[in-house]
Amino acid sequence: MNQNASTAGTKPAKDAKPEAMQTLELTDNEATVGQCFTDKPKMSMRNVNVFYEDKQAIHDVSVDIAKNEVIAMIGPSGCGKSTFLRSLNRMNDTVDGCRVEGKICMDGEDLYAPKLDVVELRARVGIVFQKPNPFPKSIYDNVAYGPKLHGLADSRVDLDEIVEKSLRKASLWDEVKERLHQAGTGLSGGQQQRLYIARAIAVSPEMILMDEPCSALDPIATAKIEELIEELSENFTIAIVTHSMQQAARVSHRTAYFHLGRLIEVNPTEQVFTMPAHRLTEAYITGRFG
Amino acid sequence: MQATNILFLILGLGCFAFYLGRGRSLAIAKPLGGVRHLHSLPSYYGFHAALWCALPSLFLLSLWMIFDDLLINSMVMDALPAASAPADSASYNLLLNKIANLADGILPRSGESAALVSAADQMLNYRVVSRWSLTALILTLSLVGMAWGWSRTAPLFRARPVVEAVAEKSLLACACLAIFTTLGIVLSVLFESIQFFRSVPAFDFIFGLDWSPQTAIREDQVGSSGSFGAVPLFVGTLLVSAVAMVVAVPIGLMSAIFLAEYANKTVRSYAKPALEVLAGIPTVVYGFFAALTVAPFLRDLGEGFGLSVSSESALAAGGVMGVMIIPFISSLADDVITAVPQSMRDGSLAMGATKSETVRRVIIPAALPGIVGGIMLAVSRAIGETMIVVMAAGMAAKLTANPLDSVTTVTVQIVTLLTGDQEFDSPKTLAAFALGLMLFTVTLLLNIFALHIVKKYREQYE
Ligand SMILES: Nc1ncnc2c1ncn2[C@@H]1O[C@H](COP(=O)(O)OP(=O)(O)O)[C@@H](O)[C@H]1O
Ligand SMILES: [Mg+2]
Repeated sequence: MNQNASTAGTKPAKDAKPEAMQTLELTDNEATVGQCFTDKPKMSMRNVNVFYEDKQAIHDVSVDIAKNEVIAMIGPSGCGKSTFLRSLNRMNDTVDGCRVEGKICMDGEDLYAPKLDVVELRARVGIVFQKPNPFPKSIYDNVAYGPKLHGLADSRVDLDEIVEKSLRKASLWDEVKERLHQAGTGLSGGQQQRLYIARAIAVSPEMILMDEPCSALDPIATAKIEELIEELSENFTIAIVTHSMQQAARVSHRTAYFHLGRLIEVNPTEQVFTMPAHRLTEAYITGRFG
Repeated sequence: MQATNILFLILGLGCFAFYLGRGRSLAIAKPLGGVRHLHSLPSYYGFHAALWCALPSLFLLSLWMIFDDLLINSMVMDALPAASAPADSASYNLLLNKIANLADGILPRSGESAALVSAADQMLNYRVVSRWSLTALILTLSLVGMAWGWSRTAPLFRARPVVEAVAEKSLLACACLAIFTTLGIVLSVLFESIQFFRSVPAFDFIFGLDWSPQTAIREDQVGSSGSFGAVPLFVGTLLVSAVAMVVAVPIGLMSAIFLAEYANKTVRSYAKPALEVLAGIPTVVYGFFAALTVAPFLRDLGEGFGLSVSSESALAAGGVMGVMIIPFISSLADDVITAVPQSMRDGSLAMGATKSETVRRVIIPAALPGIVGGIMLAVSRAIGETMIVVMAAGMAAKLTANPLDSVTTVTVQIVTLLTGDQEFDSPKTLAAFALGLMLFTVTLLLNIFALHIVKKYREQYE
């Protein structure tokens, strides 16, 4: 990011500053620029507002996510990326005082309808958090947790198969097949994160949400996860929050830029990083804030 | 002067020394250009002077308090005329008591022999001399110490490490005091027990099935030899504790789960203190609640079903004890459950688990060692509980596993053995110490085990 900043600094920085400061103010009621909507969305959000008590964290966001798409969410920290992501499978329900307004639909079904079964929704939309959090169980039981909960396996053989398939998909199988029944907490950070992903895909979700899945990992583990995301996108729809613009550029098809709780711009990833349509996006990717 | 007055005098002088030392350091610092040219902060020079002033005097005072009575007594007794001198150590003590009482004006002087009266006068005399010489000594010592501390105040003098070292030593002394007290208690119980085991073989005590400690006073009375088999007592204790745990563990655990996982902030802020009030009720109150309310109720209830429930049943005592222990378990379990990382919960919920599935499959397993540790502590608490069982469990040492029967516990027997007029060398009285020792050993082992488990649990999340 610092490199970007210095290349952007070819303009006389001192003169540009006051003007830039002014234009970087976010004016009210600015509509999102770019390609927000698709024809047959997997998930669609319309005028979504999220509040913590009376503090508004997400302002009027409308966007579609297409099937088998990888959409990346970037933005300065505290801009509401996690909040937005968590509202997609109603993980925000677990936060006291959090309220979601507006309409979020998956395959046309309203996710916030009173009769919707949250438990089933979370099985369909998995989430991977920033910090790997294996349960205090064996590797096998960690992966088998979801399938057991939802009765996906009728026999031990079925379950073994699901566990193996999920671990293979998360490219962890070869590393752990010898010690499936040892504690999951004994794995390295990168392995734990892939175990987490295996756990999430074991229940065959339709969509996977990832909240900064690599921020606690070293470059090699990160590369592995990124590779994995690419493979997974063949079968799943993926929404990933990342603080690394390089990562967004590498793994995603579209990129959404959030700023102070507003969705500023959504465009194909290449376009966002080469010709951002909004001055705030440009300011962010050239490293003027973040 | 009274000892307390001398103490206050020392403390007062110490405060004065503090201000002198601090004032002097400030005065020295001023021409140098401020406090930063001193090695330590002014208050450290103050403390340094105060310590020099007070510590030696306090030490002298405590030594004096310990030894002056001994010294005075032996001087008074030595001065007694040979005619009234005591023959053996028992009469020595009696006589000494008498003289002290005469001196204090507790016994009337009229009618006592002249030798005793003059000994009492002498004792009074010695005491006055002792006090005044003590006061004078302490005053000098304090002033010298103060002067010494004051004179050492200099820019380069390192007062801070000195004060720090003294602080460390005094903390250590307090810790040692607590440890030595415990040690003293254990040793005294141990010695009495050894004395008991001289008259009753340890094997008979630990494995004997019959408990009837009433030894006869005369040889020809019925039941002249008591029997001291502790097994029925320990079985009774276990029975009552088991009933208590059956009540306390599920209720305590579930209320902890409710408080930690389900209750919102408002409910929690009222429910938690309310539960903890249970822990604040004196055990006597629980005791008469058990004896006067619960036990008769259970007896009547049992009659309705055609069961014979003793009016002092293990069930009543154990049940009420269980209620008493609920807050103990619930607050410990609440602590370990809230210590399970939130990410664990989120992870499980994100997999599509319901709240109760999350609790059962993730939270409880993660918190289990801590919960088990808490339960162990509660068990040792139940075993040692006395008041409730004294009032509600009965006295009959029956070897039974029926909770509807009346049983007696180790603690109850200790109380009955030691209350009332006792001779402290009969096996009956000494048995109480042996019981205490065994009880102490059992709870100690349980506590060590519990702490070990809790510690292991902590390591898992660090
Ligand atoms: N549990 C919460 N309670 C109150 N405010 C919160 C909570 N979580 C997040 N917020 C607030 O919502 C805003 C967005 O946070 P978040 O979604 O975590 O941002 P990001 O993930 O982009 O860094 C922040 O201002 C943050 O302070
Ligand atoms: Mg975040």
